[in-house]
Amino acid sequence: MGMISAPFPAMPGHHEQALVAAVQAGLPLVPRPFAAIADRIGLTEAEVIGRLRDLRDRGVFKRLGVVVRHRELGYDANAMVVWDIPDVQVSKLGTCLARFPFVTLCYRRPRRPPVWPYNLFTMIHGRDRNQVLARISELVDSCALDAVPHLALFSRRRFKQCGARYQPPCVHTTEHPR
Amino acid sequence: MGTPERQLSSIEQRLLNDFQHDMPLEPRPFARLADSLGVTEQQVLSLLSRLQDEGVVSRVGPVFRPNRVGVSTLAALAVPPARLTEVAEQVNAFVEVNHNYEREHEFNLWFVVTAPDTRHLRGVLDEIARATDLEPLELPMLEDYFIDLGFPLQWA
Repeated sequence: MGMISAPFPAMPGHHEQALVAAVQAGLPLVPRPFAAIADRIGLTEAEVIGRLRDLRDRGVFKRLGVVVRHRELGYDANAMVVWDIPDVQVSKLGTCLARFPFVTLCYRRPRRPPVWPYNLFTMIHGRDRNQVLARISELVDSCALDAVPHLALFSRRRFKQCGARYQPPCVHTTEHPR
Repeated sequence: MGTPERQLSSIEQRLLNDFQHDMPLEPRPFARLADSLGVTEQQVLSLLSRLQDEGVVSRVGPVFRPNRVGVSTLAALAVPPARLTEVAEQVNAFVEVNHNYEREHEFNLWFVVTAPDTRHLRGVLDEIARATDLEPLELPMLEDYFIDLGFPLQWA
């Protein structure tokens, strides 16, 4: 079986864990959301804000804001495009691909020969399949990827989507693209 | 799903596009958003509640960087097509699974598993293998070239 990436140094303190648990499902939509969270976990509003700033500054969050569901906005097509890039070039090409605004994730992952030779994963969204395919062509041209084997794995059904969570609840869905 | 059932107002479009990052960490963050949109705090809260009810907004909150609180991995199963719905439900049943999509490939079920620690993650993957009688392909992130997940929305 494969390896699992090691955790970063643990986030200390049960207060921070309680805070992460309290915000992972989203802020309450009330005028003073941090005060509402503070009440739930036994901190003050100022402490909640201070600790969230600290988590943000330490890069624990990628971002903090409105999280939209692309499909509900008419971004019906998404493809996980996987590339088999020579190891010595993967950082350079990954950086090139990550610059495009329609590339929403760009990760290096391990190959799993013989069944899985691909080591770079990009998520590409578009309004429809043709737009996604056009964007892949743009990437191939812009980053000189003509010789790099790649595959576009379009999504079909979405069985579940929610943010990374460490506790329930999480919404289950089964949705079919048109 | 698909195109929203109604036309989004220009305020809603800005609310969705402009505040994907950098939510102000201050006592009344929605009042700050309201100021920059020229509406009231109560209007911002009502619009966000409605968009959340409609499923357009998943939540207003943090998007965690992988492996900073707990550990995670992408995983895939090559499911015989006749079993796909059943296996997808078996995988969904784990609270540690937070995305689960069918994709066009022999490896046709792709999901993300998140857990507090490596041992827990290992246990979930083993349980999925046992429950489905299929061997998951484990593809943990090794390097992240991307800076952010919010992306500019284009309105039709």
